[in-house]
Amino acid sequence: MSRPRDNTITMETFTEGLWKDNPVFVMLLGMCPVLAVTNSAINALAMGLATLFVLLASSIMVSLFSRFIPKQVRIATYIVIIATFVTIVDYAIQAISLDLYNALGAFIQLIVANCMILGRAEAYASKHKPLKSIVNGLGMGAGFTLALLSLGVVREILGAGSLFGIQLFSDNFQPWVVMVLPAGGFLVLGAWLLLFDWIKQRQVLLETKGEQSHAS
Amino acid sequence: MNEEVISSSDSGADSNIQQGQTEQQPQTPSSSMIAVLTGIAMLSGFLVVLTAQITAPMIAENQRIAIEKAIQQVVPGTVSNSKYRLLNGQLLPMEKGTKDPVIYAGFDADNKLLGIAAEGGAQGYAGMVNILYGYDPKCECIKGFKVLKMAETPGLGDKIITDANFQANFPLDARVSREHIALANSIITVKNGSKKHDWEIDAISGATITSRAVGKALNQSAQKLLPELLPLMPRLRFKEAIQ
Repeated sequence: MSRPRDNTITMETFTEGLWKDNPVFVMLLGMCPVLAVTNSAINALAMGLATLFVLLASSIMVSLFSRFIPKQVRIATYIVIIATFVTIVDYAIQAISLDLYNALGAFIQLIVANCMILGRAEAYASKHKPLKSIVNGLGMGAGFTLALLSLGVVREILGAGSLFGIQLFSDNFQPWVVMVLPAGGFLVLGAWLLLFDWIKQRQVLLETKGEQSHAS
Repeated sequence: MNEEVISSSDSGADSNIQQGQTEQQPQTPSSSMIAVLTGIAMLSGFLVVLTAQITAPMIAENQRIAIEKAIQQVVPGTVSNSKYRLLNGQLLPMEKGTKDPVIYAGFDADNKLLGIAAEGGAQGYAGMVNILYGYDPKCECIKGFKVLKMAETPGLGDKIITDANFQANFPLDARVSREHIALANSIITVKNGSKKHDWEIDAISGATITSRAVGKALNQSAQKLLPELLPLMPRLRFKEAIQ
């Protein structure tokens, strides 16, 4: 197994998951839970935290054992490790709140199939030391949670007129029902992607402008 | 940065396969693969069993609280409850794995019967709508219901929980016919705004299918359960009476 070249932990290790390589807004990974369970802020937060835990725990395990895992069986091993932590989360959520468990439905078990987690295990955790994998996994998980939350908040406010179950408007508010339906997930995700792209393009534009004015 | 990582990993995997095929490098022995997979599987099994053992009492407690809350909602004022199954016109204590209809009897602080809660279910718009409903023997009516499990469309079908007009359908007439075979009047769901009798359910416009599922679930369960339960009511009046 080739050992990693660079094991210094910088701020970048953590923040790349939040902004530059945000799993949802930039890499578009793990779209299934992003669209399915973000119909309320609390569901989005719970799903994000569950994924964060699985990502973190499996990253630690993978980077600890990567030296002993033969390349031919690495994917199978990663899946077993990820499935273990997903089952643990599944039990934990049942123990914490049955209402939450019912709201999230099958999507807890489906974290197994979240390509972001397998992608991190394969592309990052198996090539870096545990500590760096932890920091990176935390950043990625936090980025995923934030993205889910930003979808969930918008959809709950528009589609149900509430936030975290607290009513925001008077009874006269007519909820925009399509927002809590699956179609609303696509609409809100599209809007967020548009916003992200616009900010990024503006940054590039400003940088080139700055360089030009510097040169002249 | 991330694309670089992914592409480098891809090329690494490719070169590894090629090396394996051309046998330039000694292959990993199968024994080590088996050993690693066995080891990881055992570790994973241990962790899962450990979690299941730790959380089992908490999950059971959560389920008990959930049922208790549901009973309190459909039989207001319930302090304690007991669970029975009905078999050939007899009340029997609960056993695990039984398929007989289950009823919950809700009692007040003096162990007097307040009402009966029973489960029902019918096909809704998106899968089964499972409900728990409360029957009050005094008024021979269904006092209310609570959704145990459903996957109806949020904002439309799930109005059956929140819609005040729909909840105003209750109490619902559920008298048993004189011959004790069925309900005197079947519970049916009618079109929004056309409710005339106490045994009819006024549907929510925009959630007709879900409203119908509630009516059907109530009717199916009550038609079967109440005629059988009625002769047993005197025995249920106090908590200690049934053993």
